[in-house]
Amino acid sequence: MVELNAHTVVFAIFSIITLGGAVGVVWNRNLVSSSYWLIFSLFGVAGLFVLLSAPFLAAVQVLVYIGAVGILITFSVMLTRGMTQIKDVFNRQSAASGVVAVLLFVVLLVGVVLPVWGPSGALSSAPASDVVATTAELGVALVDGSQYVLPFELVSLLLTAALLGAIVIARDQDK
Amino acid sequence: MVPLWMFLLVAAALFCIGTFAVLSRRNAIAILMGVELMLNAVNINLVAFWRYGTPETMMGQAFTAFVMVVAAAEAAVGLAIIIAVYRSRKSVVVEEVDLMRG
Amino acid sequence: MDVCSINNIARCLVNSGFDPALAQFITILLGVVVVASFPLVVVIFLIWVERKFAARIQDRIGPNRVGPYGLLQTVADAIKLIAKEDITPAGADRLVYNAAPIMAVMSVLLIWAVIPFSPIHVGVDLEIGALYFVAVASIATLAIMLAGWSSNNKYALLGAFRVVAQLVSYEVPLVFALLVPILFASSMSMQDIVHAQSGMWFFFMAPVAGLIFFISSQAETGRAPFDLLEAESEIVAGFNIEYSGMKFGLFFAGEFMHVLTNGVLMAVLFFGGWLGPLVEQAPIILGPLYLFAKSTFWYLLSLLIRNTVPRVRIDQLMDFNWKFLVPLSIVNFVVIAVLLRLCEALGIAPAAANANDFVANIPQTLVLLLGNAAIAAYVLNRLRRAGREQRLAEAGRTLAAVGEKAAVAH
Repeated sequence: MVELNAHTVVFAIFSIITLGGAVGVVWNRNLVSSSYWLIFSLFGVAGLFVLLSAPFLAAVQVLVYIGAVGILITFSVMLTRGMTQIKDVFNRQSAASGVVAVLLFVVLLVGVVLPVWGPSGALSSAPASDVVATTAELGVALVDGSQYVLPFELVSLLLTAALLGAIVIARDQDK
Repeated sequence: MVPLWMFLLVAAALFCIGTFAVLSRRNAIAILMGVELMLNAVNINLVAFWRYGTPETMMGQAFTAFVMVVAAAEAAVGLAIIIAVYRSRKSVVVEEVDLMRG
Repeated sequence: MDVCSINNIARCLVNSGFDPALAQFITILLGVVVVASFPLVVVIFLIWVERKFAARIQDRIGPNRVGPYGLLQTVADAIKLIAKEDITPAGADRLVYNAAPIMAVMSVLLIWAVIPFSPIHVGVDLEIGALYFVAVASIATLAIMLAGWSSNNKYALLGAFRVVAQLVSYEVPLVFALLVPILFASSMSMQDIVHAQSGMWFFFMAPVAGLIFFISSQAETGRAPFDLLEAESEIVAGFNIEYSGMKFGLFFAGEFMHVLTNGVLMAVLFFGGWLGPLVEQAPIILGPLYLFAKSTFWYLLSLLIRNTVPRVRIDQLMDFNWKFLVPLSIVNFVVIAVLLRLCEALGIAPAAANANDFVANIPQTLVLLLGNAAIAAYVLNRLRRAGREQRLAEAGRTLAAVGEKAAVAH
């Protein structure tokens, strides 16, 4: 079973932050609070990245999600409703959605985590190797002609297109 | 280290909470928040499988970086559309945005 | 057995009978406490420095009642702030309202974790140090947003809206300027960036990037001329209007610490950090001394700007960023990258063996400096022209008309 050490405790803390924040997003009627819980949850994900020896991704996660996406969502919430009452309700299918979500979780649990359908690789308790690729290697891989340079360029194109698209769509036509 | 299945468990739970948010909320921004949660669950899985499977290669981290870029683009365009819809319909409740309904 | 000092606490503890794991934990804890409390203690002194400095500029005496030269004024103020009634406005989001000031201070304190004080003393030498700085600094935006929203006050919210627009915009040139030292050092680790400057400080290779970094970090602090977020005459005091007592004190201390942190970052990224003569012989004393001597220069320059330049309008602020700083920082980065490659191709760049040699760095520095001078000359010329056109437009004339008049006169 899992031994109790510093690593396990930190994992537990970040998991609680991640999942607790996610529950806060769903449960809060006030959308501004929801967006703050979302930022809290995504911060927990950054912590999990650190545990998985991916510090670069953790820093990017904080920068992109907390510094940009979180603020963007908070802003949109404030722009699209009156300042005084930012309330939201669940729709008619909320009970059915709850059942679907729980069922999905059970299927994932059975299919991936518990070895019901044949042996599963997910039970491996230790990483395959302790040699972890560094951030410098990630940088090289992203611009290496034989590795990820094409996806990298495509993604930058996508980002530029999204930037222009967002400005064009959100711009006030009357002005 | 913590065994792999615990990371997968957290990711699965996060994905299902996100799914619930997408299916049950009426506000378009709340739905977008659910999508962000789901994408992050996918990212946890990608990084976890990379760390426990082939940590000496770059695949997992590179993929996660691409997912993050796509998620950022999605959030920007999604919110822009929501603001544009709000401007013309004065509502961000997805059921009330039904101009295309036959 | 060797003498116990700051460098071998862990070994000392083990020698005196501690469990190795516990000794390591205690050492790390001590390190965290020292690194985190250092700026908090220094800020008490800095507030006095700033008030004296501002007073002298405005032809006043400044604080001079409490203690010698008024040195204890800040202590008295802190006691007053703690003793004040702690008011939470009705309708405030209590949890968020209380968390915001803590996050504001936290975002500054966390930066200090990666600042190298000497060759061996650094909180933690992260492989991604520079990126960590940008990520942590972006929490400040969130803190101010939280404060503005949770106060349940329209001035606070207006202030917060302005802040987000300003801070997010000025992050763009900041990051592009930050990329230049990373490019020179080919590493994001702060310690590596300092080591890479042992031949030549980066400011002499890229003065334009250094100045862009300084200007945008001044804007990130939210101080004059970029203090729109708390423009007293327009939105009362901005995001922190509802805060009182020590919670206000935390925002206040965070801002003052941020100014010093900017100075330290300028020193580390562009002025060689702890590098200086004889630093290898006495790293513990001379390293921090050099670092803070360099930081103090930028700190005082920042105070001078704050006290002498008037506040800009919001549209001027945005124009200055998006139409001037951002294009300039991008062009600057591309030019430097190309010139670096060119130096490498032509064999001007110093070889890896003598990269720390001052003389070997001179040719490459000259090439880069020339590139920077070309950019600066072009920009200054354009600015002069634009300013002239604007002045003439306000006077109702055009540049062409003035030219004709001059031709007729000839």
